[in-house]
Amino acid sequence: MPDEKRLERLREEAWEKGVVAGRGVDVAGGPIPRKPGYYGEAVVRPPVWTWEIPFYFFVGGLSGMAAAIALVAALLHHADLARSAMCLAAIGAIVSPILLVMDLGRPRLFLNMLRVFKYQSPMSVGAWILFVFGSCAVPGSIVLELYARHAFGGGFDQVFKLGAGLLVAGSAFSGIFLATYTGVLIGATAIPAWFLHRRLLPIHFGTAGLGSAAALLELLGHRIAPINALGFLAAAIESALWLWLEIDRHGAADRALHEARSGWLIRGGEILSGPLALLLRGCALVPLAAISFLLGALISRFGWIEAGRVSGNDPEAVFASQR
Amino acid sequence: MIGEGIQSTNQRKHSYVQENVEVGFFTDPTVCIGCKACEVACKEWNEVPDDGFNWSGNSYDNTGHLGASTWRHVLFLEQDRPKGNQIAGTMSLGEEDPFRWIFLSDVCKHCEEAGCLEACPTGSIVRTEVGSVLVQNDVCNGCGYCVVSCPFGVIDRRPKPLPNHGGAFKCTFCYDRQKSGLVPACAKVCPTESIVFGRLDDLRARGAERVQQLKQSGYDDAQLYDPTETSVRGIHAFFLILGEPEAYGLPPKPQVPTIYLKSAWTSAILTAIGALIAVFAAFFFYA
Repeated sequence: MPDEKRLERLREEAWEKGVVAGRGVDVAGGPIPRKPGYYGEAVVRPPVWTWEIPFYFFVGGLSGMAAAIALVAALLHHADLARSAMCLAAIGAIVSPILLVMDLGRPRLFLNMLRVFKYQSPMSVGAWILFVFGSCAVPGSIVLELYARHAFGGGFDQVFKLGAGLLVAGSAFSGIFLATYTGVLIGATAIPAWFLHRRLLPIHFGTAGLGSAAALLELLGHRIAPINALGFLAAAIESALWLWLEIDRHGAADRALHEARSGWLIRGGEILSGPLALLLRGCALVPLAAISFLLGALISRFGWIEAGRVSGNDPEAVFASQR
Repeated sequence: MIGEGIQSTNQRKHSYVQENVEVGFFTDPTVCIGCKACEVACKEWNEVPDDGFNWSGNSYDNTGHLGASTWRHVLFLEQDRPKGNQIAGTMSLGEEDPFRWIFLSDVCKHCEEAGCLEACPTGSIVRTEVGSVLVQNDVCNGCGYCVVSCPFGVIDRRPKPLPNHGGAFKCTFCYDRQKSGLVPACAKVCPTESIVFGRLDDLRARGAERVQQLKQSGYDDAQLYDPTETSVRGIHAFFLILGEPEAYGLPPKPQVPTIYLKSAWTSAILTAIGALIAVFAAFFFYA
């Protein structure tokens, strides 16, 4: 809008209502409500991440925990389940880096992530976890498939069995951290809504990953009791986390988690993957419970990133978290 | 100190980089005239693209805040409090109307414990010989993690970057100039020496002295903004402020996010192990 016209409109508004609500000439004693901090400007910067990152949190969590299920299934002779779960892990291990590279400001330099290892940077630790997971899950899935089909037969079977065992174990041990480190990643930042809940976040992301893996395996036809039990457990923990989040309030500092759009995204996601999934599973509506959990896990990831954006743009949240 | 004129050491050639001397900025708003020459000099020297042509309506500040394309930002603060012994208001009516206008040139703080540096996964952000924090733009791949790790909201990624400029950007402390013995562009151009460049220990003494001087002159709420008590452990570009830091958009108790790592990782490791045990238990008891 041309400056002079905007000025005219502000003057008219001030004349008529006595108060100008929008951005205006914030003179001391002027007709404009005081804003927190410096003209309400953000004190910390909100995340620049787009949809790829919350979607990666979902995919990475699911595939990481799928690898853990694959290891246990393989050890306890559920061969078909182990193969499906490893397949999910491998797909996740391929999709995850693609999502992460898409979000980079300079995607061609993605390999710089592996230039150094910094234990004090969750982003660096996470990049290495994903690298190890990918290097185990993708060949692991292939080798497991070859072993299951006795592709080469004879003495090769023993080699494949050993190889598959090692690779599946490697995927499982890196996978459980792939599903939980993302909570540390956003928990150890300067964004108030995130760092105030840094203990809850890894539990939430890990549980959401485990429940999503179980739910997707059920939708793929693995309707067995242990997976159902995991579904129950994940939904129960998510319900408890939802209550914890509703109780553990920090006033203005984390209001992004409870108010407006970001608050409802998180709440909606938690209700879908918590009480609703639990209820549906209790009524033996397993596929519906699985869909509800998957949707909830996805929505709440988007909710947490959105809450970070709102919280980072809110100077009062930063001040309140430091007082 | 103020009024040193040609005696000032602020403008001289130096060899701090070669001698590994810690340097800093001391920014004093009581002598700032709000000319924004520092913003301009910074843009020109560092070839920083425009940061939008928006009319904010916030006093004379259309720059807004520090960011990827804003490495110096002059704040225009209007407060209904007296500034020292100044008398403001319509004297013809015989009553005083306390008012003060404060200008402060904000910049990257170059923290002692820098959140961005700790968070950087590529090793692109480094500490230089003079103690400043520098982004090596040929290494940065623009992951954006430093953006949420800076407790002062300084470093940022451009929303619509030029080709091959998708990385994170912030003040370089004119590292290129300093290597050649020159003073950073903003300090060089500052007409009132509101921005003082020099050895960090000298500047800290100078800042403390200036606060004393101002307090004696009736500026009761003058203080240094240098969070040495928090996990940031002090900043290399520190400020003299009148009143509370919140009014300047400065966090009162900034913390470097690495202090949250221990509790977050404990939770993550316990969850990871717990998940594996839960899967084992589910298959063991329900098989």
